[in-house]
Amino acid sequence: MAILVDDNTKLLVQGITGREGAFHTGRMIESGTNVVAGVTPGKGGQTADGGVPIFNTVDEAVKETGANASVIFVPPPFAADAIFESLGSDLGTVCCITEGVPVHDMMRVANYMRLKDATLIGPNCPGVLSPGKANVSIMPQSIFTPGNVGVVSRSGTLTYQVVNELTQMGIGQTSAVGIGGDPIIGTDFIEILSLFEADPDTECAVMIGEIGGNAEQRAAEYIQSEMTIPVVAYIAGFTAPEGKTMGHAGAIVSGGDTTADAKSNALRKAGIRAAENPSEVASLVADALGK
Amino acid sequence: MDLYEHQGKELLKEYGLETLPGKVATTPKEARDAAEEIGGTVAVKAQVLTGGRGKAGGIKVVDNPEDAEKAAEQILGMDIKGHTVGRVYIEGGAEIETEMYLSVMVDRERKQSLLLFSTEGGVDIEEVAETKPEAIVRLYVDPLVGLQPFQIREVTFASGLSGDAAKGFGKTLQNLYKAFEGADASLVEINPLVVTKGGEVLTLDSKVTVDNSSLYRHKDIADLHDAAAADPQEQRAQEAGLQYVKLDGDVGILGNGAGLVMSTLDVVAQAGGEPANFCDVGGGADAEQISTALDIVTSNENVRSVFFNIFGGITRGDEVAKGLLAAIERTNIEHPIVVRLDGTNAEEGRRILSENTPANVHTEEMMLDAARSAVKLAKKGGN
Repeated sequence: MAILVDDNTKLLVQGITGREGAFHTGRMIESGTNVVAGVTPGKGGQTADGGVPIFNTVDEAVKETGANASVIFVPPPFAADAIFESLGSDLGTVCCITEGVPVHDMMRVANYMRLKDATLIGPNCPGVLSPGKANVSIMPQSIFTPGNVGVVSRSGTLTYQVVNELTQMGIGQTSAVGIGGDPIIGTDFIEILSLFEADPDTECAVMIGEIGGNAEQRAAEYIQSEMTIPVVAYIAGFTAPEGKTMGHAGAIVSGGDTTADAKSNALRKAGIRAAENPSEVASLVADALGK
Repeated sequence: MDLYEHQGKELLKEYGLETLPGKVATTPKEARDAAEEIGGTVAVKAQVLTGGRGKAGGIKVVDNPEDAEKAAEQILGMDIKGHTVGRVYIEGGAEIETEMYLSVMVDRERKQSLLLFSTEGGVDIEEVAETKPEAIVRLYVDPLVGLQPFQIREVTFASGLSGDAAKGFGKTLQNLYKAFEGADASLVEINPLVVTKGGEVLTLDSKVTVDNSSLYRHKDIADLHDAAAADPQEQRAQEAGLQYVKLDGDVGILGNGAGLVMSTLDVVAQAGGEPANFCDVGGGADAEQISTALDIVTSNENVRSVFFNIFGGITRGDEVAKGLLAAIERTNIEHPIVVRLDGTNAEEGRRILSENTPANVHTEEMMLDAARSAVKLAKKGGN
């Protein structure tokens, strides 16, 4: 099995006619994803590349096509509105790829989410990919292979790096989830780890964190008390200076517990295998799986 | 984006918070004129985007315009934790009764705004949190409903104020939250917030950080950016739309993706080297973007070698290799460059590089080997 997206995913693309939206829709279809609809206000009735029908509103798209998940490519000023629109139509999984969504917009979204039975991944994330089943992401499908390792990460390229090394060692993946590099995100490590824990096919989870916030420490507590499958972790940013944003809006050292050292120590203290560098992750996973 | 104290106060004033009369000066003469205009005892305060200016001698209280001029002469040009003071704020005096602490910030864990208040003002709040945690009131504000009257009452009772001061304090809380939300701030800190003998509630110092992602809807705030005070390389990178942070080492670093670049700095440090910067060139293989990034990284005179770490995802390795070659040709840099190329079509990319590269470019397959090689080259270049 996979988590969040699989063979049953009927995907809707919000912002399907934009440069990014159009490009990645093509790639998602190529990797076998069932893209059933696109939404671009004012372009309803037209057809996007790949024969995907375009609608003016999410509501219409869902009624006409039965879409059950959405991926968002709209520019930052309109991203929160797009998320609210998809939540209004009760879509189960929403991935917001957009980078640069204002923090206050995301606080409103995150608190509204508490009233909804939906999962928001992102923003500022690569999305979710379940190899061989569905690709609701901007990740390169070619480096993945189906298998039994679940990957959850705050960073896109680090996910690719780790997945590529896993694949080269013959270790496949159930799903890879990029939860995003912003200060306020829809879904944290713990929620994704709990999905991997509940998934019968996922035998090991990989968690890739970075500086900023304390989500990794909270995850460490959760892993120690609730998880039975082994978890391998890696944290980036040991050399990051205090008070400087390192690319991701949320990657900033702002006090003792937000450093990579503090996070790695908390993980090790909880008995979790924490790698020193991305290349060590694959061998720790192999070790955890007894390969 | 961090605001100077005086900019933060201007912003808070727009939302109805009370401050003392003040003026910015960039020369001692201007400081003298400002002190004359304000009259009486004034404080001459260094404007820097870092803490600890008081301890560094960046704040002087003087009784007359002549002394204000002298104080400004000493403070302007002063180095405070690597920040050169380019402007001072001349501020009037007040008869202070009590000093308190008040702030609102984005709480990442709760995904709500966190309001912090303490009667222990004028000192580091982290210190108070450690030594006297019961002196801190913390409450969360749900952005869907905003700061509620009962929350204002709760903090006002905790302040121990009464009468006009309590009323003024309540108004301050309300306006502070409005400013925090209205300006898309991630932090607004008033330390100290003072109550005068006359019962006025005043913002004596301010620290305001505005969310960079929201600056598109706050042109007035974005315009406050002090390009002259920024590091020249960071300023150039910002203008070119690149994510760049200057560090102290000698190994220049570029890569695609924030996480991978952070990780690259780490492996360079693990290999015994010191990274000179963080630079994320983004996902594409655009020669112009890469050459701009290379140019910025090597314009830091401490850089002895360059480590270019790329993982080919959707942008294939062969495209990246071609973009990189075009970029190197454009910039004519002579630094040794170690290129580590992995991912989609990486083999083809490495072949293109090895067949066409100038002598100063070395290719590696593994990240750790590449880091070791870049560190070795930096040390050799330094001798």
